[in-house]
Amino acid sequence: MQSYEFGLYVFMLAAFLGFELCKRVSPLLHTPLMSLSNAISAIAVVGAILISGEKDASTLTRALGFVAVVCATLNVVAGYLITDRMLRMFRKREPDKK
Amino acid sequence: MIENVLPAIYLLASVGFILAVKWMNNPATARRGVIIGEIGMLLAVIGTLLRPEVVEYRWILIGLGIGSAIGAPLAYLMPMTAVPQLTALSHAFGAMASALIGTAEFYKGVIPLGFPMGALVVETLLGFLTTTASIIAFAKLQELMPTRPMTYKGQNVVSLSVLTAAIVIGGWMVAAPAPAWAYPAFVALALLFGIMLVMPIGGADMPTVIALLNSYAGVAAAAMGFVLNNRLLIIAGALNGSAGLILSIIMCKAMNRSFTNVLFGAFGQITAAVAGTTAQRPVRSANPDEAASILDSARSVIVIPGYGMAVAQAQHKIRELYDALTKRGIDVKFAIHPVAGRMPGHMNVLLAEADIPYDKLLEMDEINGDFPNTDVALVIGANDVVNPLARTDKTSPIYGTPILDADRARTVMVIKRSMSPGFAGIDNELYYMNNTLMLFGDAKNFVAGIVKELAGSH
Repeated sequence: MQSYEFGLYVFMLAAFLGFELCKRVSPLLHTPLMSLSNAISAIAVVGAILISGEKDASTLTRALGFVAVVCATLNVVAGYLITDRMLRMFRKREPDKK
Repeated sequence: MIENVLPAIYLLASVGFILAVKWMNNPATARRGVIIGEIGMLLAVIGTLLRPEVVEYRWILIGLGIGSAIGAPLAYLMPMTAVPQLTALSHAFGAMASALIGTAEFYKGVIPLGFPMGALVVETLLGFLTTTASIIAFAKLQELMPTRPMTYKGQNVVSLSVLTAAIVIGGWMVAAPAPAWAYPAFVALALLFGIMLVMPIGGADMPTVIALLNSYAGVAAAAMGFVLNNRLLIIAGALNGSAGLILSIIMCKAMNRSFTNVLFGAFGQITAAVAGTTAQRPVRSANPDEAASILDSARSVIVIPGYGMAVAQAQHKIRELYDALTKRGIDVKFAIHPVAGRMPGHMNVLLAEADIPYDKLLEMDEINGDFPNTDVALVIGANDVVNPLARTDKTSPIYGTPILDADRARTVMVIKRSMSPGFAGIDNELYYMNNTLMLFGDAKNFVAGIVKELAGSH
């Protein structure tokens, strides 16, 4: 039971940290923030690899794991690339004349 | 040996994710944030592949290959106006991955009752409902489905019953060994609830819902972390969960509404009756020629873009207008309402795509004080976010919503297809003011017309 308790503390601290960090993101970058955090949530790929890579897995497990790997990888790749594509467009061409 | 290195790799990956979110707060460091996030993900994948319990590589590598082969072209080929759809689709895939892994874990039959099973229930419930909800959101944004809210009598009761049933079965699985039909029934209810959640959501509420689904996908990943006892998953999931949550809170505030109201309010329906009672009133209209000469004699212009700009793909023409006016020494700024468009920050991305410098894109609080000293407010495809009724009419359903004070500018010009009311179904007082000119037409063509006139008169 101890490891779950520890996990809950980790969860709580990470959630507060995320909250504080995201609060400071300017509305200018809300769309890239969302697609970046979406790409990060594709960390599910770790679980997908673990489940489909284990020894003597049943066909069902392998099949579910395989589809999960495809979905999560798609999420990672599309998420990061689209974020980068968006951010490349944000340019500050001229200094503020105010 | 490898057992000692693996925790370090996971720890570094977590640091990468945290820095990625941190550096996102400033356009100058944001791209660095993406790179560190990518490194974090790469470390996480490598660290997982190296784990001793992972022995069967073939299908993993094929899966990684297929996922990349579909994901990369998707990210590069989608036009920028389709970013909301792409994000919704991406949420669907991530959530589905979590849900399927949870399902696989469940059928392995090794998850103990109590806390671990509880985490698995949360993971699969959020995973499956986010999958279908995101697919419906995608279909609505891509206009494969009507974007208007779809409602029927007793909808909220039915939806909540489905959710309650799913939670009851989930609770049962946590407390005691449930019969074989329980899990499939649970999954079916979760999938169904996801559909029911987004059906009644209209286009203008999409920013809130997409942010909320983003949050759910993160919490599902964190719950998986509890099932697999993997702290990296917990940290990444929690970061994503709080990012989505804070964005949806910002969106709700910008619309002066609560979560419950967005999810169960079915806004469009209630207010349609109010719109029907307004009589025809006279408006003043102008053609591109007249609009161009008004802009030509202005010294300061604030452009207010809305979803209509995205629909008409007018951002590049607006950029030409921006160039033409700036060349004449006219000060041009853009006022961005937090919920303009179909996802948080949507307008900023489109204007950045058209190469408009981001220091000209100002948020509501920064720019509202400037309107009284502005010669022309040019509204392009925005409606409810500039409706002065939100400030004055206590009986209006949008009363109290923070708006851009376009009506306080000396002259207001509104590019709009017709006089039809916006998403909220409320007549816009702005259109009938004495200092307002309506410019009827397609946003892209009309702006092109103005640019042509400006070039000719130079």
